[in-house]
Amino acid sequence: MNFMGKSVIAVFALISLASCSGGGSSENKNDSTATGSSSNNTLIGAGSSFDNPLFSKMFAEYNKATGLKVNYQSVGSGAGISQLTNKTIDFGASDAPMNAKQDSAVSSPVLHIPVTAGAVVISYNLPEVKDTILLTSSVLADIFLGKIKNWNDPKIANINKGVKFPSTAILIAHRSDGSGTSNIFTTYLSKVSEEWNTKVGKGSSVNWPVGLGGKGNEGVAGLIKQTPGAIGYIELAYAVQNNMPYSKVQNKAGNFITPNIASVTAAADVSIPADSKISLTNTDAANGYPIAGFSWVLIYKEQKYNNRSSARAENLLKLLSWMVHDGQQFSGALNYAPLSAEAVSTADAILKSATYDGKTILQ
Amino acid sequence: MDSTTIINDTLNLSDISREVIGIVKTPVITGSKLKRLYKQIRSESIFKKLLVIVAVAMVILVAGILFTLIVESIPSIKALGIKYLWGKTWDPVQDIYGAYPFLLGTLLTSFLAILISVPFSIAIAVFLGEYYPKGWLTEFLKNTVELIAAVPSVIYGFWGLAVLVPLVRSFEIKIGVDAVGVGIFSSALILAIMIIPYAASLGRSVIQMVPSSLKEGAYSLGATRWEVIRHIILPYTKSGLFAGILLSLGRALGETMAVTMVIGNTSIIPKNIFAPGNTMASVIANEFTEADKPVYLSALIELGLVLFLLTVVINMIGRRIIKKFTND
Repeated sequence: MNFMGKSVIAVFALISLASCSGGGSSENKNDSTATGSSSNNTLIGAGSSFDNPLFSKMFAEYNKATGLKVNYQSVGSGAGISQLTNKTIDFGASDAPMNAKQDSAVSSPVLHIPVTAGAVVISYNLPEVKDTILLTSSVLADIFLGKIKNWNDPKIANINKGVKFPSTAILIAHRSDGSGTSNIFTTYLSKVSEEWNTKVGKGSSVNWPVGLGGKGNEGVAGLIKQTPGAIGYIELAYAVQNNMPYSKVQNKAGNFITPNIASVTAAADVSIPADSKISLTNTDAANGYPIAGFSWVLIYKEQKYNNRSSARAENLLKLLSWMVHDGQQFSGALNYAPLSAEAVSTADAILKSATYDGKTILQ
Repeated sequence: MDSTTIINDTLNLSDISREVIGIVKTPVITGSKLKRLYKQIRSESIFKKLLVIVAVAMVILVAGILFTLIVESIPSIKALGIKYLWGKTWDPVQDIYGAYPFLLGTLLTSFLAILISVPFSIAIAVFLGEYYPKGWLTEFLKNTVELIAAVPSVIYGFWGLAVLVPLVRSFEIKIGVDAVGVGIFSSALILAIMIIPYAASLGRSVIQMVPSSLKEGAYSLGATRWEVIRHIILPYTKSGLFAGILLSLGRALGETMAVTMVIGNTSIIPKNIFAPGNTMASVIANEFTEADKPVYLSALIELGLVLFLLTVVINMIGRRIIKKFTND
């Protein structure tokens, strides 16, 4: 009998596993009452998990100040965009601007509002090397293409004068789950290496030519920590919080830049297009760290849909405006880079273009 | 009313109700008793209907899952066709999807895990079913084995990554293969541990059900304990033991979290069992949330469909074998 009980549990477990794979999308559709809900005091957002720690802090502070509640689901950028497409949420959040296919799926134009910036750092495990290593874009691309196989390769030694590298084989650790971090990193590699661009390309999941995949920042960090000779990319905030070593990377201007909040904000100190859809990777800014990117909040330009009230639209726009201005003070402590002045003014202009029933919401 | 009287009543019921239908008036049955009888018949039929509804609901559920998987896979099937199954490249950037590396990874890890776990689970089943069927040690062992099934798989994943993978890496250095630690072999080891209780529990139950007359007969003819196990118990229980192994295999095929953490997650086809790879369940779990293109999403769902069908096929083959065993 004991066994019977267990087999019943096993059967249920199997079924629930099977249904998990399809669960995501159908659940989203069933949530459709969310935006039509009567309470205008609770806004619903979903998307980027990279933004989640910052958003939690921001929304808690905003709730204290105004009483407005924000329910943010950290489901991943792609899932956030699809929920916005289904109009089940008030705003989405994504580490990458919407691509052409996602754009064609939405029924009306979507605004991208930059809210924070993050960086991807190159972390490594070389117990013998005490100095911070330096990397150039071409060496980085060759390592991740599998062309540089050992740490004592002359190409690495040439840019790290005076550092003695072991002959350890290089083991590459990358993200196995689709992520904005991978997107920023592969976008950077595509910009700096023609070979990477044609062979691999950019995206939140790509076909990695070499290396091992770890799930999440912690998975990649685990692989790096465990394997001598490993190199991989992780979020700046995660690397700082876990005391992982990370390299300086040479930017377009030729300077070797240490990734930190200041150098990421500096990377965003470039002219930003009116729609703010810009990748900060390989930035022109002389002091900017080259592997960085904005994270955006996504909303519909026309806020009147699904019986949404004008009060709800106004609450949303006020919240976003607060996030772009006052909310930025919370970024530094959490290792997010505050928006540059240029980015804030672009965000302001975008927020003012949002309408309710054709009328501007923010004056 | 205790259970025996209920059983007695229901047993009598069929006889009495036949009488009620045949001869309208039977002196034995009084009015109130008749009322109670009808009530019992009614509740019996309600119970039966309830069972049918639950059973049918299960069938609908499984059919519904299959149907959803097929419908959602259509964009991918249209775009990629049948070559999806043996395509060797999984490239979301260029919308090229081939399930072969993951199909191979799933089959390799699962069958390797079965190979490793079967000796252990059968040994546990024989020990608990035949040698020590009672006593505190048995209870303790039995509960421990069952606890293995109750531990969440993410914990196995963590343990695997922190403890098992470094051990496997030093083993790999010794035998001289690429020492990465994570890979098919590590996943198979973790899976083997996770699936032991399924085959062991079922095996123990069937071994305990071997009629003692058979065993006593063998003993009286001078058979040793080993001979009884070898020639009486194992042949008698082989279909049950095999069913347990099949259950273990089902668990191994679908396991996601623990495998993801130790398999290395690469879509490069593994060269040997120590190489990193990936499984279908693990790819779905990794890439589902950020699948940003319709064909990509659909290709992942088709991966789910392939996994579903693979499980069905393996189960059907298993059933064939069990049937053959039982007919012998």
